[in-house]
Amino acid sequence: MKVDLTVNGKDITADVEDRMLLVHFLRDVADLTATNVGCDTTSCGACTVLLDGESVKSCTVLAAQASGHQVTTVEGLATNGEMHPVQRAFHNEHGLQCGFCTPGMVMAIVSLLEENPHPTEEQVRNGLEGNLCRCTGYHNIVRAALAAAEVSS
Amino acid sequence: MIPSSFTYKRADSASEALDLAAEYGDDAKFLAGGHSLLPLMKLRLAAPEVIIDLGGLRDLSYVTDQGSYVAIGALTRHHDVEHSEVLGREVPLLAHAAGQVGDPQIRHRGTIGGSVAHADPASDLPAVLLALDATLVARGADGAREIGIGDFFQGLFETALEPDELLTEIRVPKPASAGAWSFQKFTQRAIDWAIVGCAVQGGNVALVNMGGTPLRAAATEAALAGGAGPAEAAAHAAEGTSPADDIRATRAYREHLARVLVSRALTEANSRS
Repeated sequence: MKVDLTVNGKDITADVEDRMLLVHFLRDVADLTATNVGCDTTSCGACTVLLDGESVKSCTVLAAQASGHQVTTVEGLATNGEMHPVQRAFHNEHGLQCGFCTPGMVMAIVSLLEENPHPTEEQVRNGLEGNLCRCTGYHNIVRAALAAAEVSS
Repeated sequence: MIPSSFTYKRADSASEALDLAAEYGDDAKFLAGGHSLLPLMKLRLAAPEVIIDLGGLRDLSYVTDQGSYVAIGALTRHHDVEHSEVLGREVPLLAHAAGQVGDPQIRHRGTIGGSVAHADPASDLPAVLLALDATLVARGADGAREIGIGDFFQGLFETALEPDELLTEIRVPKPASAGAWSFQKFTQRAIDWAIVGCAVQGGNVALVNMGGTPLRAAATEAALAGGAGPAEAAAHAAEGTSPADDIRATRAYREHLARVLVSRALTEANSRS
């Protein structure tokens, strides 16, 4: 079937299988490989992207469902070579170890701060319940989220 | 993991969805947010030949105050139920419980109608709506009908909906004492399905994952009606239930959890009212 998505501001039309998942569309059709497939069961959040500005797990959305909608991946966050405040905060706070969960964490936090620009630490921790870091590096990830909120205020 | 092949159809209105359902019959499944059905399809536990995507039916996403009850469109997402001002005021139990489903990403996609129609006994909202005595509205080729939630869940993943019927609205009567509520669930990890959960609204007590369908804890409710306190009433919470014995928990452990969670819930509901 023909799908038509706007990914990071760019229109992408492609003929794909009806069953194609959004994450595979992003990685294999749009050639945007920052979004990782982790657990593939809606648990780990590594595949988190923004769909019309809100965080979703792209392993559990069909490319067909996203047709006609806007998708943002971590590759789409920087503007004119300047890192997004959440990316910058991950860098400053060392919010990553192996880096596998990072694209999903960053996108989940971008969505969280969009809904709640000044979260408490507890709200950040609850807001990240859908993202797993197997290095268990949560402390610096939470610090990065709080630092990004501080910068944006 | 990729689902087995299917044909994707997008419905732009409830009538179009019903026409497609009539055309494809048992081969088709409705897809709302997809957060129950797509995981099952990826595991090949479900393999519908046709998917009818309801995502375009924006007019079935609403929460409105109807005086004696609150009407919720079946395609209202958990995120929107959680943040609804009307529900926060009139039915805080439901707004709170919707905010406990899965995680933020799941709540951005999953819908109340999808959750109810999927009828997973481990799901939170079916039991919450059972405690709230909700009424469901289903639309078919011959018009709409109302189904009391007590008659809706007929077995594991089995409901009173006909294959060519679409759940369109959930009606929640405003509780007399809206403040007397509690929702408790016990999970291994934050986003897991409940091993056991319970919802309390006034004297109504419903259980998550204590049988093939969400259940009312009838013996506990009877004890409460007879004047028993929370601890005494909660001791009856597992009576008449048939919880699974599985990798997550033994039957005896689930029965224990039901008594503990109901006791906590009744105590919390009392303290709020």
